[in-house]
Amino acid sequence: MAKDGPIAVELAKKQREIGVAEFFARNRHLLGFDNKRKALMTTIKEAVDNSLDACEEASVLPEIAVEIIDLGNDRFRVIVEDNGPGIVKKQIPHIFARLLYGSKFFKLSQSRGQQGIGISASVLYAQLTTGKPAKIKSRISPKHEAHYYELKVDTQKNKPDIMHEEVIEWNKDHGTRIELELEGSYQGGSQSVDQFLKQTAIVNPHSTIIYTNPKAEQLIFARATDTLPHKPVEIKPHPYGVELGVLIRMVKLTESRTLQSFLTTEFSRVGPGTAKDICENAALLPNTKPKEVTREMAEKLLQGITKTKIISPPTNCISPIGEELLEKGLRKEINAEFYCATTRPPAVYRGNPFVIEAGIAYGGEQEAEGSVKALRYANRVPLLYQQGACAITKSTVGTVWRNYGLSQSRGALPVGPATIVLSINSVWVPFTSESKEAIAHYPEIIKEIKLALQEVGRKLSIYVHKKKKIQMEGKKRDYLETYIPHVAEALKDLVGYKQADEEKVKELLGEILEQNRGKLEKIEINNPDYDEELAKIGKEPKEDNPEDKTEDKPNKEPTKEKEEKSNKEISGSKEPSKEDKQKTLG
Amino acid sequence: MANKALQGIKEKADLVYKKILKKKAPELDLPLRSLSNVKYDEKEGYFQILGKKKERTLTVSTIKTFAQTLRMMGLSKQLIEQEDIASKREAYYISKNWKEAKFNAQPESDTVMDDVEAMLMVNREQIGFIPEEKGGEIAGQLIVIDKDTETKKDLRIDCTKFGSGAYSIPISVEHLKFETKAKFILAIETAGMFQRLVKHKYWKKANCILISMGGVPTRACRRFIRRLADSKKLPVYVFADGDPYGYGSIYRTLKVGSGNAAHINQYFCVPQAKFLGVTPQDIIDYKLPTHPLKDVDFKKIKDLLKNDPFIQHHKEWQKALKQMYQMKARAEQQSLAKWGLNYVIEKYLPAKIKNPDKFLP
Repeated sequence: MAKDGPIAVELAKKQREIGVAEFFARNRHLLGFDNKRKALMTTIKEAVDNSLDACEEASVLPEIAVEIIDLGNDRFRVIVEDNGPGIVKKQIPHIFARLLYGSKFFKLSQSRGQQGIGISASVLYAQLTTGKPAKIKSRISPKHEAHYYELKVDTQKNKPDIMHEEVIEWNKDHGTRIELELEGSYQGGSQSVDQFLKQTAIVNPHSTIIYTNPKAEQLIFARATDTLPHKPVEIKPHPYGVELGVLIRMVKLTESRTLQSFLTTEFSRVGPGTAKDICENAALLPNTKPKEVTREMAEKLLQGITKTKIISPPTNCISPIGEELLEKGLRKEINAEFYCATTRPPAVYRGNPFVIEAGIAYGGEQEAEGSVKALRYANRVPLLYQQGACAITKSTVGTVWRNYGLSQSRGALPVGPATIVLSINSVWVPFTSESKEAIAHYPEIIKEIKLALQEVGRKLSIYVHKKKKIQMEGKKRDYLETYIPHVAEALKDLVGYKQADEEKVKELLGEILEQNRGKLEKIEINNPDYDEELAKIGKEPKEDNPEDKTEDKPNKEPTKEKEEKSNKEISGSKEPSKEDKQKTLG
Repeated sequence: MANKALQGIKEKADLVYKKILKKKAPELDLPLRSLSNVKYDEKEGYFQILGKKKERTLTVSTIKTFAQTLRMMGLSKQLIEQEDIASKREAYYISKNWKEAKFNAQPESDTVMDDVEAMLMVNREQIGFIPEEKGGEIAGQLIVIDKDTETKKDLRIDCTKFGSGAYSIPISVEHLKFETKAKFILAIETAGMFQRLVKHKYWKKANCILISMGGVPTRACRRFIRRLADSKKLPVYVFADGDPYGYGSIYRTLKVGSGNAAHINQYFCVPQAKFLGVTPQDIIDYKLPTHPLKDVDFKKIKDLLKNDPFIQHHKEWQKALKQMYQMKARAEQQSLAKWGLNYVIEKYLPAKIKNPDKFLP
């Protein structure tokens, strides 16, 4: 005990700040770089996400070229080039070679990127595996020069390390191009780059993606519409979503003079009346100076917020894919008999508005055995990994599909010839990790997903029952056709008519019996939107990367426990009636 | 007779054919064969069929049975024309040639056969079908005059000369003649009781004819008793178990016929039959050992009281059934053995037969 001091002094020598870049360099699986195959996919995903976000923000119809070049020895060169607004010279190094640097973290509006990690993490990964810098080109307008950078991340300081920079000639008005060399592995299949780009193209029909794969084959996902999606509006945070630490920071930074005006200017859906209510519920004076708010007072304020009824945040900040587009996407991808899709009204979790969309394709060329397939999207980005850990999967499992014509064992995905597509759109999509592969299990989100699934489920059941009825009718007709000759033949023995008469009797019997039955509807696949070539992409060999399996396993087991736990919570709460829904929406 | 059946078959088939030519769904009218389609009049003495019919219209759900019914009519026509016969089971096997229209089990073919029979309002023998069921056994003071199938000469069968055995009632009894000096016919439910009475020559002591019905009497057995009782003006006493089945199924069917054979009860009933025992009152009077009534027994009693026109006609029977319902017990014929094996011969039957007025109607 007496030696306490000296040991602590000794220990203190080893204690120092951990660079955020260094931390992620060691924990690259947190960012989606756990194996070579996934690393390649994640790199492309981050680059494409950024390109799409940038184009949409600048109201430019995206045109993105993606190229993967196989350099041998598990090394690949990845090039992603867009026609976006470009990046001003000063920002280029920070955006590409500094982690947690970005514009999207601080604002509340629907976008693909959120934290400012993605692309710089790819640069970091490339640099760690090949030692090569990222090569960036960017130009903001024809009047400006194009800049070229070679960048690395200084992992200790989390700062860009500029290896080389120059002004170059670029025959492009505006846009950005990134080139990376990294270790990776290219494979087809449901978790491949091909699949990712295809699904991205399906839910972003306003973009053209030109993809050159490592086999040097070029696939063009052409733009299907010239209309950009409704541009999401940026919103202020909603009081219900704010946490104590954030609140304290906001109070310190505000320019407002009173608590009341702080509340009305910094938050959405808070007018003077609501602000007064909050203050009253918090037992604080509305004219308190924000600068004088202590930690204790902030805590009171937070309690006041929870006690006050505040209408839900505005929902024009969300730009869902839309029922029509979702269904069309399914039609392109799957040749089925029945399609339907639905967009739920906006809902709120932790003060963040979100919209759930669901669609289903049933029957046709899909396999009847095995679990239904699920396509997941978050803010128009396909989610290909960690299906088991995702709230979407949990909600699908927790929905009773037997009523809707699919078989399902307890606690499992439904079985049948169907593909379910689910999309969450939010100003802040809660992912379970920075690699953005699975949606966190917020009860409000799970509830909304279930309601969306139930909506499409009900439509599905109408079709499935109709199909069964038609099949029954078909069987009945077969039955008739089996026994009509017997009636005719027996009657021939009894009445003693001729062979020709027997045929006539058969014919007449057919007419008599079909008279009351009406026309037989046909079950058929009628889907002009189906694109066979497109559907093939990403489905090539029946792969299933062993690497992925080992990767997925440790993730699955811990989440299972969690799932079971929250399952109980869910089953306790009843499905809300329509009135309830309207309440939550205000 | 045969021609009438044949004519019937042709008429029905023609109607179906004409309907089809008119592009109308053909139908076959079948009399409803159930108790709800009979009435009981004591003067007539049997269950008379009422006009209720079920129409077998040709639809998807009936087409198989419809085809089978026509096929069965065809088979019958063939049998009559060729003066041949087929047993119920044989008919079932013949159906195996009908491909998809074949019967899967004999009860199906039996039902269709009964339908055809009822539709034509004839006895199944008249349309070429014969039952397999055994007709019952006879012992006692009776000479049956049958014909030798080869020589066509009369055959005199003396029913006193079967020793410990008995004469079997043939399937067809219309041609039989009788000679007897007996005073009554005793129809017995169980083969066991019949054996006891035969062994001790009860028929000689009481000067009677003993008939073993072996459960619900067959058509042949009913017809035999009817013809014998009619031609020799003999009273018929029925000795059955003291339970709802003995009253409501065995005795009732012998006396007035059944719902299922509503169309032919006229010939297959024995209106002069009276119920000797075992009555519910006997159970008390003779202190008989009993078994408790089961749920099915209670149900049967309720059903008889509610739906059986015969029971509904006779207050005595209603009283007896209600009495049994309250006793919650039944007794078998052979429970009389409690008082000694031959108590039935020495005491019970003689005492009963002295007072035929007390028999149940």
